[in-house]
Amino acid sequence: MKLMLIGVLLFSLKAFAQSIIKVDGSSTVFPITEAVSEEFMKEKKNSVRITVGISGTGGGFKKFCRGETDVQNASRPIMKEEMKRCAEAGIKYYEIPVAYDAMTIAVSPQNNWVKDITVDDLKKMWEPSAQGKITRWNQVRNNWPDAPLKLFGAGSDSGTFDYFTEAIVGKAKSSRGDYTASEDDNTLVLGISQDKNALGYVPYAYYEKNKTRLKALAINGGAKAPKRGSILPSAKSVEDGTYFPLSRPIFIYISAKSTEKLEIKDFVKFYLKNGPKLIKEVDYVPLPARAYAQAEKNFNSQKIGTVFKGEPQVGIKIDKLLKMEAAH
Amino acid sequence: MWLKAKIYNFLFLTLSIAGFTISILTLFALIADLVVTGAPRIDFSFLTSFPSRNADQAGILSASVGTLCVMLVTALVAVPVGIAAGVYLEEYAPKNWLTTLIEINISNLAGVPSIVFGLMALGLFVYKLSLGQSILTAGLTLSLLILPIVIVTTREAIRAIPTGIRHAVYALGATKWQLVRDHIIPYSKGGISTGVIIGLSRAIGETAPLITIGALTFIAFLPNSPITSHFPFISFQWLHDPFTVLPIQMFNWVSRPQPEFHQNAAAAGVILMSITMIMNLGAIIVRLRFRKKVTW
Repeated sequence: MKLMLIGVLLFSLKAFAQSIIKVDGSSTVFPITEAVSEEFMKEKKNSVRITVGISGTGGGFKKFCRGETDVQNASRPIMKEEMKRCAEAGIKYYEIPVAYDAMTIAVSPQNNWVKDITVDDLKKMWEPSAQGKITRWNQVRNNWPDAPLKLFGAGSDSGTFDYFTEAIVGKAKSSRGDYTASEDDNTLVLGISQDKNALGYVPYAYYEKNKTRLKALAINGGAKAPKRGSILPSAKSVEDGTYFPLSRPIFIYISAKSTEKLEIKDFVKFYLKNGPKLIKEVDYVPLPARAYAQAEKNFNSQKIGTVFKGEPQVGIKIDKLLKMEAAH
Repeated sequence: MWLKAKIYNFLFLTLSIAGFTISILTLFALIADLVVTGAPRIDFSFLTSFPSRNADQAGILSASVGTLCVMLVTALVAVPVGIAAGVYLEEYAPKNWLTTLIEINISNLAGVPSIVFGLMALGLFVYKLSLGQSILTAGLTLSLLILPIVIVTTREAIRAIPTGIRHAVYALGATKWQLVRDHIIPYSKGGISTGVIIGLSRAIGETAPLITIGALTFIAFLPNSPITSHFPFISFQWLHDPFTVLPIQMFNWVSRPQPEFHQNAAAAGVILMSITMIMNLGAIIVRLRFRKKVTW
């Protein structure tokens, strides 16, 4: 009897088509897409179903370029390798920046010797050659105390790690290995807050929610920065691009083939219209309003492809991004 | 001499008690922390709501239904296959190098990290057999994961049956099938059920292999109903539906920056832990009941 049942289970008819919007990709973009999906399904009175997975930006692009998903959450622009894979499978796509993701360099509130830091200081601390050598604060700057330097950062599988290393060391995934690494940012917050010799990087939203436990450092971006001096992370400094270089736009990619389905077109329009409000609710920084207008214009006039040509981007300012999108 | 022995005796006792206390206290501290944080959050709406960006409106409906569906498939596959394999190896299989090799491999399989099963399932079920990222795939994956446990415990239970019983049954002219059906399986039921429940308790907490095969994180609808309003009134469509499970939902909430979501995670943890505890309790009761009944 049981065996028969299993037989029936295994060979029961394959799924017939349903109106499901499949989203996958970055865990950084997840809370935003989750919020938008929740509201979109409410508005559509549950006639449209949306699923959101977390496979990471890289893992998500693999599925996206196989045509398994309709929308891809990405915490960085599509890379050359992925562009090639998509092209081979005949997958064309729209690229839409949806919000900012900023990183905060944080120390414990008990730390009384450091208020600001330069990109060069950070590079000295984090580059691969610092491993085992730069272990005390005064090795980075003379006037800092002779205390052990304890570093906390993202694990190597996360998009945060890729971006931080790209922005600070100059090469993605190039970092010293002897620091406390965790994929769970709450663990990092706890670790940094309890040790006055600690320094680490966490996504801005985690700093925002833990302001009593963490002290953010102002960052001096050096010659390439749009504004001289040291800038503290805040919604304003992220939005106007002066918080440099640890802030970046994050994206969704929409498969052009999927947009033949009406509900996906609606979903994208809903995303751009209600995104800014929902993005604030989930503690991210929205782009300026004109960015969403431009994105909608590009989407309506069917401008497919990426404006970044597969090159890694550091500290791209929204105005530059808008110009690229407009010229696209 | 006598004193020295006494001292060693005392030292060992102290060490044992210390070891016992440390492990029990750690466990209780963890459970207490989880319950204190999570329990106030558990109410009707938490159990019957879908995930949401608002921590206070979010619930575990899709995750708990997903967990139940996946567990159902896991049990339906692992139990018959596992028992059949165990009975075959113990009662039918000739004792030669091949069966020895198989036995060693089954024991080894029980120690293989679950992510390996996930990768295998991704290649085999998701792509080769194109079953998709569905409840069926997840159930099959987890049933493979717990098969070694079911097989090993089945064999142990069968081995506990005295040989005299077999001889008596054969002496009365019964066939092997009659022996297995009327004696071997009924007598080893207690041991087998324990193995099944321990296996399922392991499967229910698994995250890694399910994430590998593509379990989702946000899903705000339930699988299709197995009962339909039109002929043939039964539908297996739910097997092909996307899903999420409790541990994945928990993990997602724990990694959010907002502390309210951490409370949700603790609440989901309390639910998950309760399910596991009830299952383990069931295993103990079943074992006691069967042990009382069977006397040799």
